[in-house]
Parts: sequence; structure tokens; C-alpha cells
Amino acid sequence: MLKISDLSKVYPTGTIALKNISFTVDDPKVIAVIGPSGAGKSTLIRCINRLVEPTSGKILLDEVDVLALGRRDLRKVRRRMGMIFQEYNLVERLTVMENLLSGRLGYVGFWRTYRRKFPPEDVAAAFALLERVGLSGYHNTRADALSGGERQRVGISRALMQKPDLLLVDEPTASLDPKTSRQIMRILVELAHERGTPALVNLHDVGLAQSFSDRMIGLRGGEIVFDGPPERVNAQVLTEIYGEEDWSTTIRKVEDETGKPDKPHPESKDSLLRESLA
Amino acid sequence: MKTASPVTHRRNAPQWNRIRTIENPWARHGLALLTAAYLIWSVATLEINWARVAEGFPRAFDIVLRMMPPDFSRWSLLFRGTLESVQMALAASFFGMILAVPVGICGASNLVPKPLYLAARGFIILSRTFHEIIVAIFFVKIFGFGPLAGVLTLFVSSISYISKMLAEDIENMPPGQLEAIRATGASFPQLLVYCISPQALPRYLGVSIYRLDANIRHSTVVGIVGAGGIGQVLAASFSRYDYDFSLAILLTIISLVFVGEFFSNWVRNQLR
Repeated sequence: MLKISDLSKVYPTGTIALKNISFTVDDPKVIAVIGPSGAGKSTLIRCINRLVEPTSGKILLDEVDVLALGRRDLRKVRRRMGMIFQEYNLVERLTVMENLLSGRLGYVGFWRTYRRKFPPEDVAAAFALLERVGLSGYHNTRADALSGGERQRVGISRALMQKPDLLLVDEPTASLDPKTSRQIMRILVELAHERGTPALVNLHDVGLAQSFSDRMIGLRGGEIVFDGPPERVNAQVLTEIYGEEDWSTTIRKVEDETGKPDKPHPESKDSLLRESLA
Repeated sequence: MKTASPVTHRRNAPQWNRIRTIENPWARHGLALLTAAYLIWSVATLEINWARVAEGFPRAFDIVLRMMPPDFSRWSLLFRGTLESVQMALAASFFGMILAVPVGICGASNLVPKPLYLAARGFIILSRTFHEIIVAIFFVKIFGFGPLAGVLTLFVSSISYISKMLAEDIENMPPGQLEAIRATGASFPQLLVYCISPQALPRYLGVSIYRLDANIRHSTVVGIVGAGGIGQVLAASFSRYDYDFSLAILLTIISLVFVGEFFSNWVRNQLR
């Protein structure tokens, strides 16, 4: 699906953000990218849809050479990649519905955009997604009236409206409290699995990354220093990624969370819905 | 053992003085002295003729007396001048508002390539360099006396004012929203109508309405150099010593500006 080889990025200031990054995503998994601030997590994600132009390397999305594309073809590839941001980045003065429909901008023409006349199947898809993320009835609410968790649910829905082949997620929970963070991660991971969409998720919270991802990539100084399943992330790996520290309280107690699979989760969809309407 | 007396305690306490902008006392007091000396010198060089100033007060009294009561008998001339001023202001604001959109977009450094940005900013700076009066004199020289020169003057200043505000507003937009819309694969025109327009529109309308209000005020001024409107009527009445008619015109201008001000405030409150 996605094949990245020898990707490098040097900023005009001389900062080397990425050094010969290579990895492949070939099944719909949630991949957490962890690493200290400045390790190049954000740059990596933005290089894939070329919001940041890489200096060298190769990115293949289903055999399409992303870095060789002209502007028009780049837009076509961008609409296949849904992006979710730390600061949600909704257009504040637009309604929730308009923000969701902005995920279809790559598919509709200028006049439809201007007159807000989106195809009925797009509108139907938007209503379905709103219900799925627990925001039914919010379609005419302006984005600036929402709370952080609600905004991020709109952000996730906007990205999914693109019916993307890949999700690029940049620190989706860094502006949220711990409980909301887990709710958002759960929605994100569920939707990615449901739709079979691989997701590349930058996270600075190692515990969250271990709980919700199928695979983890560790970046340090712009280089990949770890790539493997979350179970293999131990104190030694974390020291390799972040440097020396006492990691005993950070690493997930695997048996705590996977031990009782039958217990219904207190933060299920219904309770999310109730909460957001309260 | 005796405890330390307050005196010795004070002696050992760390010293603290406020930080001054100019630390050197000689420089500080010297600068104050120089400023005072310059003020005295500049007033002395004005060569004010105090006798003439003294003469001015009874003259002013005389003018005020001759202004009373205001003469509204030539109301049709007054009405035509006022209408012309309002029309000048409306036309200049409307077309200025429309042309300010492309200029403002080109003047936003986060949207357009550098050369286009510099061209737009160059135009904005150039047209803001000269006061309306100077521009009006220029247009009167080219197109002759009358409202056309006035409309063009106000038009140019409206474009530069509204587009400067619009450009700055766009530049101050949080970059994340632009990034997010670009990431969906939207084209530049789509970015304009789906992200920039909703975010910048209320302020743009507010600034435009403010500009209409300002144009009504300025339209009364540019007439004085012959660019049409009520100002031209006022200048004529002053030069013919028709002070009672002048007062009527001044009262009309005052009420006109009041109405404009209230209208613009009302509209801007509605936009919020």
C-alpha cells in the first residue's frame, strides 16, 4: 500500500529532520510513530502528502510515485490520504456538516463548493459518520462552539469522508485530557479497522500507543530506531528511542487491559453519545 | 548570644534600585534638558505675530455673528451637493470593496508567490503614501472639476485601505486550517471559498462598512479642492463670504456624518 524508501528532509535552516527513512505498510494496521519532540514525527507525516516537500527519497502509494507528481495529480493523491491534526484544524466559522463535507473537496468542482451543493450520497455519508462518532444532531452547530473532544471527532469524520486509502494522524490527542484521549483513540482505531484503512499515528504518549496500535515505529533524531509489535517495546527499546530514564511506570501492563475481554467497556459508543449530548 | 539588631540586618540586606531606561544620570538629565531647549527654540522661531492673533478673536466673533442664523433658503443646492457626496461615497466604497478582494488576496504572504505579494503590497503602500487631498488635486488636474475626480480619489483610497486590512486578516489566520483544507486535495479556488472566505468575511464586511462611513466624511473634504460634492459647495460659500449658508452646509455635514456613523455601527453590530 505505502512504501517509503530513503526518505530525507533537510529544512532550509539546516535542521536535518529525517535521515534515510524506509518502511512499508502493506496491511490495514494502526501504526503508532513514537519519539521525542523534534524526532521528525510531524515532518514524516507531512512529507507523505507533501505538505512538506521531502529533500530526497521515494514514496509509493499503490505504485503511484507521490514525489514525482505535478500539482493536479498531487491533489488527486492527497484526496486518497485523510489527515487528522493535533489542533483539529476545523474551519472555525463553518458548521460541523460543512467541515465534514470539506473532505469531499477533492471530488467536487468549484461551483458545487461555492454553493455548498454536495452530492446526496456525500451528505448521507456525513450523517452516517456523525452518528457513528456520537455527534448526531450536531450538523448545524458551528465548529467553534464544540469542545476539544467533539472537534477531534469532527476532524476524524472529515478525514474519513475522503474514503481514504491511508490515514495520516498527527498527535490526535495531545490537546485532550486523558479520558477524552482514550475515547478518541478508540473511535479512531475502531473506524480504521472497520474500514480496513491503514493509519499512521504520531503519538507522544507511549502508553496510549501501546494500548491502541498494531505496530510501533520509534524515531530518534530523524532515524528509525525501532519497528515492531507493541509487545516488544520494553525499557531497553524506550531507552534507545528517548534516552536513559526509569521506564517501569510507563510500559503498559499487558495483562491489565487484555485480561478480561468480555467485560463491556464503560466508554462504549452509547455512553459517548450520552456524554456529548449532556 | 544577641540576635542581630535591625540596623545590622538592614546593612546586610541586598540593595535594589529600579532599572531605568537610561542608566547614566548625566545622559538622562542631559536629554531632558536638550528636549526642553529644543521646544523653547522651536516656539521662538515660529515668529508668531501676536498682534495679528489678538486681531483674530474679534474676527472670529464677527464670522460667528454673520453665520447666525443658518440660511437654508438655497436648500436645493444644498440637497444636490449632499446627494452627490453620498453617491460619491457609495460608488467609491462599492467598487473599492470589490477590487480590494483580489488585491487583498495577492497581498497575503501565506497564499501567493513572492513576486505577486510584493506587487500587491507595493500598490497598497504607494496609494497610502499620499493624503486624499493630494490625490484629489491630481485627479482634478487630469479629469477637471466635478464628482468624477472625487469618486476616483475615494475609490483608490478605499481599495488600499480595505485590501490592506483583508491581507493582514488572511495572514493572521491560523495556518492549520489552510493546511487541513489543502490536505483534502482542494484546489486554490476551493481553498478561497471554503476556508478563507468564511473566516475573513465578517471582518471584511465590517471594514468595508467602516470605509463607507469614512468615505462619507472624506467626500465632504475632497470637494474643497474641486472634486465635487457638498465640500465644493462649502468652499464656494466661504469664498463668497456667505457665512450663514456656510453654517447651513456645516450643520448638514454634521448630521450626514452622524447618520453614517450610526448606520455603520448598527451594521457592524449585526455582523458580530
